[in-house]
Amino acid sequence: MSLINQHVVLNADNLFVGYKTHASKTIIASNINFELKQGELVGLVGVNGIGKSTLLRTLTGVQNALSGTIFLNGKHLQAFTNIEVAKVMSVVLTERIVTKNLSVFEIIALGRHPYTNWLGNLHKIDHAMINTAMSQTNIENLKHKKCFELSDGQLQKVMIARALAQDTDLIILDEPTTHLDMYHKVSALKLLQNLVKDTGKTILFSSHEIDLAIQLCDKMIVMTEHEVISGSPRALIEKGTFENLFPDDMIVFDNKTKNFRVKK
Amino acid sequence: MLYKKSTYKSITILLIVLLCVSFFVNIGLGSVSISLKEIFLTIIGHQENYIIQHYRLPKAFTAVLAGSGLGISGLLMQTLFRNPLAGPFVLGISSGASLGVAIVILGSSLMGGFLATVFISKWSIVIAASLGSFIVLLAVMIVAAKIRDTMAILIIGLMFGSITAALVSVLSYFSSAELIQQYVFWGFGNLGNLTWYEVVIFFSIYAVGIVLSMMSMKNLNTLLLGENYAKSLGLNVKKSRFIIIIATCLLAGSVTAFAGPIAFIGLAVPHIARQIFNTSNHKILLPSVFIIGSIVMLICDSISQLPSSDYTLPINAITSLFGAPVVIWLLLRKRKMVF
Repeated sequence: MSLINQHVVLNADNLFVGYKTHASKTIIASNINFELKQGELVGLVGVNGIGKSTLLRTLTGVQNALSGTIFLNGKHLQAFTNIEVAKVMSVVLTERIVTKNLSVFEIIALGRHPYTNWLGNLHKIDHAMINTAMSQTNIENLKHKKCFELSDGQLQKVMIARALAQDTDLIILDEPTTHLDMYHKVSALKLLQNLVKDTGKTILFSSHEIDLAIQLCDKMIVMTEHEVISGSPRALIEKGTFENLFPDDMIVFDNKTKNFRVKK
Repeated sequence: MLYKKSTYKSITILLIVLLCVSFFVNIGLGSVSISLKEIFLTIIGHQENYIIQHYRLPKAFTAVLAGSGLGISGLLMQTLFRNPLAGPFVLGISSGASLGVAIVILGSSLMGGFLATVFISKWSIVIAASLGSFIVLLAVMIVAAKIRDTMAILIIGLMFGSITAALVSVLSYFSSAELIQQYVFWGFGNLGNLTWYEVVIFFSIYAVGIVLSMMSMKNLNTLLLGENYAKSLGLNVKKSRFIIIIATCLLAGSVTAFAGPIAFIGLAVPHIARQIFNTSNHKILLPSVFIIGSIVMLICDSISQLPSSDYTLPINAITSLFGAPVVIWLLLRKRKMVF
């Protein structure tokens, strides 16, 4: 793959995110510029409250940008209809789903919503996509289980499978590693890494697991108080970006071991 | 555990048979008992029977329309508001109707003797109930259009309910005992009061509501994931919410206008269906709620006729007396609340 010809799936251009009311404008993060290319695993990191969720909400069109533009496959995000966006971008959120009384198959089948008719009938191709999604996430054995029978880690996989069934170029995950133990955190991120390799999709996730993200991601977007920087983990380490990530009174970043240490 | 397709099928067939049986039993039972043979001959047109043709048959149809309409609108509301306690009347439809009827019945004393008799005709009550629920609904919709949070709509619906209930109290305070009794009787609900002509009008409003609910089936399933997920799947949340609310209003509103504010069915039947079929999938729930709602309503009506006696109990009391134990029994048996 030559780096020059790689297709850009999502492009943020001079983006300002935040909240707007009638009277005032609260800018949470400003001057955001980055590109997500096809087949990249991208980690979004930053301290609590820096605006990771606000940025993700803006990228997924839940809230509007204060200024600047988002391009999806080269086209202005605002120019898409709901259904068109749903065919390019799928999401896995932190919020719990409303009902757990659906089977794993039924949940994943809902990923086909943008493609099915008004009754939501599944055709051959839909079944094929659902089965592929289940095998890619290794949950075929759960197919007929109800969601209330699953563990948090399994439910997470089901929601990722649902996003895969949606057949989009880009999958955005909001904190996919919360509520999981160390082993399952690694296995969730490993799964994302494998999915990127196998399917050529672009996956963007926000996380507090900076150590893991440095090891697994192709690209990282780092939000600090002063700027939002993106680049490969190696380039960011060389720039010293991670050293400025947290207030340096308690933890420091060790450039050699590539992880954070508690200050003695 | 997930049921197999064949299990769904056999339960559905069983329910349809039960529906037919309760339909005929409902026609047969009453102050005068009619044999099955006679009912059958009348329905296929070989025989004339005034009671069946002009009283029992429209009543049975009304029961089917009311039971299924209330059940389905309850299901729509429970899914839309993600709340197992929601029913068809959470948006203030029945309280709006009550206010309309209260103004006509209780307010008629203010208009003097002659006007009072004109006002308290059956049609004026139907129109008052429709107008009342429509106005409350309109208020809720105007608010709903401005609000993004679905839960806020639920609370606003309840607030409108309290306001109308308070207005009814004020009206009753100034009315005579006779008129209050008349109003209370309307509140008991009545399925047997409709002519064929009225059943047809009832049915046409109801049919629009059913079509809209069927159109919402796929979206309701998607809404089970939560509104944010639904939006990410390309669902226009505001628009589908609007359609769901309209469908509920047509169904619950028409039932209330023609048969009075019948309680409980709308809350209980979706739960019974969920317990029997063990799923939240609306493609299975919607038809089963239709059938179960009709069955429950027919059975309740048969009981309320107190077979072979001259008395008729209020349908509203029977639905709760009969329905509540059924729901409690189902929940005890499964030991698990399925929602």
